[in-house]
Amino acid sequence: MQTPPRLDLSGITKRFPGVLANDQVSFAVQPGEIHALLGENGAGKSTLVKMIYGIMQPDAGEIRWNGERITIQNPKAARKLGIGMVFQHFSLFEAMTVLENIALGMDANIPARDLEAKIVAVMQQYGLKLEPHRIVSTLSVGERQRIEIVRALLLKPNLLIMDEPTSVLTPQEVEQLFVVLRQLASEGCSILYISHKLHEIKALCHTATILRGGKLVDTCDPAVETSRSMAEKMIGGSLKDIQRGEGRALGTAKLTVQSLSVAKDGPFGIALKDIGFSVKAGEIFGIAGVAGNGQNALLLALSGETPSTSPEAIQIDGTSVAPLTAKQRRLAGMASVPEERNGHAAVPDFSLSDNAILTARDRMGMVSGGMVNAHSARTYAGEVIAAFSVKATGPAAMADSLSGGNLQKFIMGREIMQKPQVLVVSQPTWGVDAGAAAAIHQALVDLAATGSAIVVISQDLDELLSLCDTLAVINEGRLSKPMPVAGANIEEIGLLMGGVHGDPNAPTHISAEVAHAY
Amino acid sequence: MRIKLEKRPAPSTFMLIATPIASVLLTMLIGMLVFDAIGIDGQRAVVDIFLTPILASYKWQDVAVKAAPLIIIALGLSIGNRAQIWNIGAEGQYVIGALCAAGVGIAAGPDAPAITLIPMILAGIIGGAAWAAIPALLKIRWDVNENLTTLMLTYVSFQVLGYLVGGPWKDTNGRNFPATAPLPEQLTLPILFQGSTVHLGVAIALILPFIFWLIMSKSVFGFQIRVVGSAPHAARHGGFDAKQTIWAALLIGGGMAGLAGALEFTGSLKAVNLGFPSGYGFTAIIVAFLGRLNPIGCLIAGIVLAITYVGGQVAQTTVHIPNSTAGIFQAMMLFFILASDILIRYRVRFIPTKPAIADKKEARV
Repeated sequence: MQTPPRLDLSGITKRFPGVLANDQVSFAVQPGEIHALLGENGAGKSTLVKMIYGIMQPDAGEIRWNGERITIQNPKAARKLGIGMVFQHFSLFEAMTVLENIALGMDANIPARDLEAKIVAVMQQYGLKLEPHRIVSTLSVGERQRIEIVRALLLKPNLLIMDEPTSVLTPQEVEQLFVVLRQLASEGCSILYISHKLHEIKALCHTATILRGGKLVDTCDPAVETSRSMAEKMIGGSLKDIQRGEGRALGTAKLTVQSLSVAKDGPFGIALKDIGFSVKAGEIFGIAGVAGNGQNALLLALSGETPSTSPEAIQIDGTSVAPLTAKQRRLAGMASVPEERNGHAAVPDFSLSDNAILTARDRMGMVSGGMVNAHSARTYAGEVIAAFSVKATGPAAMADSLSGGNLQKFIMGREIMQKPQVLVVSQPTWGVDAGAAAAIHQALVDLAATGSAIVVISQDLDELLSLCDTLAVINEGRLSKPMPVAGANIEEIGLLMGGVHGDPNAPTHISAEVAHAY
Repeated sequence: MRIKLEKRPAPSTFMLIATPIASVLLTMLIGMLVFDAIGIDGQRAVVDIFLTPILASYKWQDVAVKAAPLIIIALGLSIGNRAQIWNIGAEGQYVIGALCAAGVGIAAGPDAPAITLIPMILAGIIGGAAWAAIPALLKIRWDVNENLTTLMLTYVSFQVLGYLVGGPWKDTNGRNFPATAPLPEQLTLPILFQGSTVHLGVAIALILPFIFWLIMSKSVFGFQIRVVGSAPHAARHGGFDAKQTIWAALLIGGGMAGLAGALEFTGSLKAVNLGFPSGYGFTAIIVAFLGRLNPIGCLIAGIVLAITYVGGQVAQTTVHIPNSTAGIFQAMMLFFILASDILIRYRVRFIPTKPAIADKKEARV
C-alpha cells in the first residue's frame, strides 16, 4: 500500500470581506519532500499557511494529515501534530539569552538543564552553530533565524513551514540553511518553503506550487522549469526586461559623499563610519547589505533628516548640501524614499493628494504665499496615479486604503516625477509584486537616462545586480569599496555582507550551485 | 456573541459629527437618571442646565459672553492637540494674559486714551505666549513632558496673581480687598449692543474660528501641524521642523489663552481679583475635543459649554443644586466624547459565537 501524503489539501477556500484569498486550492506534500509555495504578494500564500498552522480556519475544503481528515484548531494543535513554522519576522526577546527565548516558546514546561541538553543535541545533529547562553541582541540575523529553526526542530516536526527564510541572509548563510533543510528532508520531514526567489527554489525544492490571485495556477517541477517560466506563471503574463538605452555614457560625478560619519541614535542604532562614494550623472549605484547595518541611518543622513556634522560630507555637482535641511536639499535637487512606507514616506491617514504635498510641494509649485494650492496637489497626485498605474480610487483616497505595493508605486512615482538630480531610495520594491517591481525598475533606469544620479539601498541582491551599474556593500555602518556590477563576484559580495558582523563559522566558499543561481 | 472592533476603510464623517451630538444627549440622559436616583428632580435640572439658556432670550447675552473666552482658548488648544502637544495650562496663560493687560493699563494711568486698549490686548497675547514658552523651552531642551509643566505653571500663575493684586497693584481705594482698581471707562472694550453685556470680544470669538479654519485647512502651516500630529517621522521626511512645531503649538495656545484673559478683563470683569481664574482654561480642553479639534466645531462646542455654565446658575436657584453640578455635566461630556472617538475609525461588529462542534474534532486528533 502506498503511503498517503504527509499533508493533503483539497478545495481549500477562504474568503475575507471583499476578497477571496484562497479559491479551491488543492495540493499535496509528500513525506521528505521540499515543496515550494510560490506567488506574488497577495496571491494567498500567507493565508494558506496560516490555515495549515491553525491560525485561521478554512471556509471550505479539507485538510488531510497522513491520510486522515483533520481540523487544526490553533497553532498549539498544529505543533502537537508535528507541524513547525519559522516565521519571516522573528519573535525573540533581544535582552534574553538563546536558551531563555527557546524555553519561552515551548508548549511543555521542560527544566532548563534538560532543555539545554536537547538544544545541544539538535544543534549537533543538524550542524547548527549556536551558543545557548548568548544574549539575542548580540546575534546576527542568521543566528537569530537559527534560534527559530532550533525551536521548531525541538518538536521533531513532520512538516516544517519556512516563510521567506532567506530574505535577510547572506549568500553564505543561505547555503548553510539549505544544507540543514536537505538533511531534514532526507530524514523524512516535509518542508513547505515559501519564497519568491526563484533561483533558490530551483536549487532547493522538489516541487513548486504556484498561486495567483488566490487560485492554484500550476504545480510543477522546478528542475525542468526556468526562473523566467515560473515568474511568468506567478504574474500571469510575460515578464518585461529592463530596457536600457543603447550606448549609454555616464557623466561627471553628481553626488559625492566623503568622510560621512553619524553617531548612532539610541542603544540599538548603528553609527555610520567614514562613508565615501561618488555617483556619476546617469549612474545607478547600489548599496547591498543585510538588514540593520546602517542602511536607514545612511538614508536619513543623505536626505537631511539627520543633520550633518561635517560641512563638506555631501556634495551635489561639487556644491556642498551637507549644511542644508531636508527641505533645502529637496530644493537643491535631492529626493529620497525611505524604507518604511507607513508613517515615514507617507502619512497613512492622509489622502494621496495630501501625501503629494508632503514632499512635492516646493518642487512642483503647490505653495504660494504660505497657502497650499489644493488643486495643483490633486492634479499632481492624479498624474502619479496614472503614470505608475497605482490602484486607487483617486487623489482623495487615503494612503492606508492602498495595498503596500500600490502605496510604494505612488511614493516612488511621487519622487521620480519630480525629476530630481539625485534620488536616494531604500528598498524600492519591498513587498511589491513582480509586475510593479519591473515598472519601478524601469522608471529608475529612465530617470538615470535623463542624467540623474540614483542610489538604491536594498537587501535584495538580485535587484541590485540587475539594476545597478556599480555596487558597494554596507556592513556595521561601513561601506565597502565600490565595484562595477559587470564584473562583480558574488562570493566576495557575500563575504562583505557577512563582514565582521556575520557568522565566523559560515563557509567562505559558496557551492557552484548557489553561485550559478544568481 | 462576541463584540469586535473592525477598522473602517476610511474615517466616518457621519460619526465625526454624530458622536459629539450623541455625547451631549447621553450626558443629559445619564445626568437625569443620576439626579433622579439621589432624589433631585433630574428632568428639571437637565432642562434648566441645557434648555433654559436657549429658550429664555434674556440669557443669550450671558451665553455669548461666557462662550467667547471658551472659543478663543479652545482654538489655540486645538492646534496644539492636532500636533499631539498637550497644553493643559491654558488657565494659567489666561490669568497671565489678563495680568499683562492690567499691567499696561495701570502703567498708562487712569487718563490714558482709549487707543491704549490695543497695547493692553497685545500685552495679553504676548504674556500668555511667554508663559507657554517656558514649557516649550523645557520640552525642546530637555524633553520635559509639557502636560506636567503647563499644569504646574497654572498654579504658579495663581501665586503671581495673588502677589500682584494683593501687593503692588492693589486698589488703594478698595477697602483693602485684593483686587486691581476698576478700569477707567475709556479702557473697557466697546459694548456691541446698547444696554447688553455683549462686548467686542464676542465678535472676535465669532470671527477667529473662520480665520483658524482657513489656516488649518489651506496653509502650509496647518498642513505641518496635521502631519506632525499624525506621523512625526513623515513630517521630518517632508522637511518640517519638529522644534518649530512645538514652539508654534505652545505659543499659539498660550497667546490665544492670553488674548481671552485680556478680553475677559477689559470686556467683562474690568478688574482683576483673586476670583479671576474661573476654569475657562480647563473647560476649553473639553470644548476643543467636543469640537473635534476643528475651528468651526470649537465655535459650536464653545456655545454648548457656555450654555451649561449659564444653565448651572439657573439650576442653582430653581432646583437648588450646587453650581458645580455644571462641572459634573461637562466632565461627563468629555468622557463620552473621548470614549466615542474610536467609532470614527472603527465600527462595532457583533459576531455570533460559533457552535462548539469543531472542538470535538480536534479532540479526536
